[in-house]
Amino acid sequence: MNDTRVTWRFLLRVVIKTAALFVLINIIFAVADPVPTLGRVSIYNRLVPGRERLPYGEDPASYNLSMNSIEAMIASHAVNRMDTTDYNVWVIGDSSVWGILLDNADTLTGQLNAADLNIEGRRVRAYNLAHPILSVTKDLMLLDYARTLAQPDLIVWLITLDSMPYRDQLEPPLLRENPVRVRSLIQTYQLPLHPNSEQLADRTFSDYTLVGQRRALADWLRLQLYGVAWANTAIDQVVRDYTPRANDFESDPSWNSYTQETEIFPSVLAFEVIQAGHFAARGVPVLVVNEPIYRADGTNSDVRYNAWYPRWAYDQWRTILNDQATAFEWNFIDLWDAISPNEFTDSPVHLTPLGSRQLSALIASAIMDYPKSAVKPLSLDMGI
Amino acid sequence: MELIYILIFSLLALPYAALPGRARGWTLFIASAIALYALQPTLDIRWLDFSLPTIMLVITVICWWLTRSSGAVDEHPQTSQAAPPQRRLNENLIALFILIAVVLILTIPRYIDFPSALELTSRPPPIELVIIGIALALLVGGGFGRVPVRLSLPVMLLVIIGALIVLKTEPLTTALAGVLRTQVGLQSSLAKAADIGWLGFSYVAFRLIHTLRDRQLGILPALTLRDYVTYVIFFPALASGPIDRADRFAPDLHSVETMRGADAQRFMDGVTRIVIGMVKKFVIADSLAVFTLSAVTVEQAQHSGALWLLLYGYAFRLFFDFSGYTDIAIGIGLLFGIRLPENFDRPYAKSNITAFWNSWHMTLSAWVRTYVYSPLSRRLIKGKRLSNNMIILICNIVTMSVIGLWHGVTLTFFIWGLWHAIGLWIHKNWSDRTRKWYRSLKTQPTRLRAWNIVGTLITFHFVVLGWVWFALPDVNIAIRMFARMFGLNGT
Repeated sequence: MNDTRVTWRFLLRVVIKTAALFVLINIIFAVADPVPTLGRVSIYNRLVPGRERLPYGEDPASYNLSMNSIEAMIASHAVNRMDTTDYNVWVIGDSSVWGILLDNADTLTGQLNAADLNIEGRRVRAYNLAHPILSVTKDLMLLDYARTLAQPDLIVWLITLDSMPYRDQLEPPLLRENPVRVRSLIQTYQLPLHPNSEQLADRTFSDYTLVGQRRALADWLRLQLYGVAWANTAIDQVVRDYTPRANDFESDPSWNSYTQETEIFPSVLAFEVIQAGHFAARGVPVLVVNEPIYRADGTNSDVRYNAWYPRWAYDQWRTILNDQATAFEWNFIDLWDAISPNEFTDSPVHLTPLGSRQLSALIASAIMDYPKSAVKPLSLDMGI
Repeated sequence: MELIYILIFSLLALPYAALPGRARGWTLFIASAIALYALQPTLDIRWLDFSLPTIMLVITVICWWLTRSSGAVDEHPQTSQAAPPQRRLNENLIALFILIAVVLILTIPRYIDFPSALELTSRPPPIELVIIGIALALLVGGGFGRVPVRLSLPVMLLVIIGALIVLKTEPLTTALAGVLRTQVGLQSSLAKAADIGWLGFSYVAFRLIHTLRDRQLGILPALTLRDYVTYVIFFPALASGPIDRADRFAPDLHSVETMRGADAQRFMDGVTRIVIGMVKKFVIADSLAVFTLSAVTVEQAQHSGALWLLLYGYAFRLFFDFSGYTDIAIGIGLLFGIRLPENFDRPYAKSNITAFWNSWHMTLSAWVRTYVYSPLSRRLIKGKRLSNNMIILICNIVTMSVIGLWHGVTLTFFIWGLWHAIGLWIHKNWSDRTRKWYRSLKTQPTRLRAWNIVGTLITFHFVVLGWVWFALPDVNIAIRMFARMFGLNGT
């Protein structure tokens, strides 16, 4: 303790100066908005290996976390160390591609890499850029940003019906927390999404202050700390016991906002977003895949394929998707029933390691056929 | 201690400072009794998070009753215990009624819906049950108090040590949890040791043992019930220590009556200490938690470098976590006018293992030195059957084993204690044999500094490697970790 005793006057001065400094730092922070720049700073790919899939998860034991900074997510990914002498394939999509309940080696990209494919003398190297959220707008957002950093040779985009409804596109926090980026996508690609949707709440000045950005900063720091654990354990997901996907259902025909069988119009599904993805690919060919689903054989399986999809909705989806793919001239394959029902785990789209390997074999053969197709120039006239 | 409690305790220091001097001691007493319930984590077994703090209060009151009697040394004649007997009796009765009132008031949320933020415990038991429990406790305590102290003190010591052993031995705690679960209609097969998570009992037990032993030796200062209870369950030190001594705490407690309430220096010192503690605990230690050493992470580590990293991470996390909590406790204590003892003094920078143990968890080390090492060594020396060196080895092993087992009655904690006991014994022999040489180094500052750096590195790594035993629950995993760390299994 100091010999000079502290007085209340001194304490008051300390409090006032501290408060002033605190306010000043917050204002400077909000004006400078350093979080996106900071997000690009990463120990991954420098001090520790890049992650094989994007950060996602809530279990600290998985050395992983869900976050909203696209910059930090991509900066932590191995895609930053892409070898241009390889034939690089980016695979985007939802949780089935990310690999819920699968080790990295067992994911679709892990299996593709293990297959040791070769195209015109170039080793095929697949990168898992999927994120476990059902929204193709999220895929577009990730792809649009990642393409500004690197150029792959092929993009494989796995979609399913539940990632398509427009009404759900902006629900996930990853999109809601990136309103500027999403609005830019809407504007650039003329997407039929409302830029002033209440889901894309405007951020106020205080949201940009140090206090407002504390969560983003903490997430960034945790991501870097987890990098050391990732480097030493190669763990990014703890695979625990799970409840298997249901096989018996109520006689319930509902899907999304529809309670009864009805006609689904293409305009309620985000085909324009898929088409925008082709533009965002900036000349890189895109292969669109309707991902496999679980087909139940239990009670009321004549009504529903699975817990997600009634037959009437999913059958219509396949027809519409096929029509749209033809109309847009997408490179498209429909693998909806390509995997045996035994190879699904806890949801209608999550696969076992064997199911993942079977899917990778099918996609590998599509990739091997792909280079023969010419890269088509695309115009911004989307024509729907 | 959660952030919200740190904030609440810190803010309460402001109105506390404005209180008249005589009210401050009572405020600390009541606040400590309430905090006992507030800080107790919610438990699965019905009423247990209410019962455990209540039992702690009952045991504390009984221990006071046993240690209060005449013949105790009154080292602080200015204390309230020096007051006339009638006033002392009145004060003790008031303190007892306040404790009973606190317990009864805390049952009110059973009958009136409070906002959950104001509820200090989960649903408490019915008030009639609590009254019956208190009456029984008074009867038993009163009856126990009539037993001659030469019998009652050892019995009470055994009861506390027995409770500590049960709570620190996982199979016993689990079995007890199973019994309690059955009583309240829960599935006993789901019983786990955490069902009986009794906040602060390890620290409270050591404080109680200290007062009982000092009473046996006739060196315990006379304390009123209010002062005794405040000392035992003083809220800043309840969850993580430090383990203060009653003879050191009492003068501080009495000085709060005369201290200047609005003392800027005290507030500055207290807040500074709390902020330092919070940075240590919530920024550094919690960040290092990513690298925590456990059976799972040891199996996950892919190479020996990763194991070393986990171990260093664990070592620093442990230090920052524990010393951060101590800083917070000391800081809050300062705000309320109580200077709790220091518990850490840059332990990882010490150049030998003896100095490490004089600077790591200092209050625990001092406690075991006083109540285990010293009496045991005196007894062995009196026996004249063993060489001094052997006596030191035995005393070290017993003392360090007690420290190890205080953390949990497991083989790995015992080995951790043994590890340090042998380290201390080796250092003692080394320093005895090299004392002259070491003194000669004092004329050669560069060599002395170099030797101290070497000593610090050796001591630090000895301590860090010892944490393997401390952190891992299984001897085989620990041995495997050592083997992998030193490349003995090819990784």
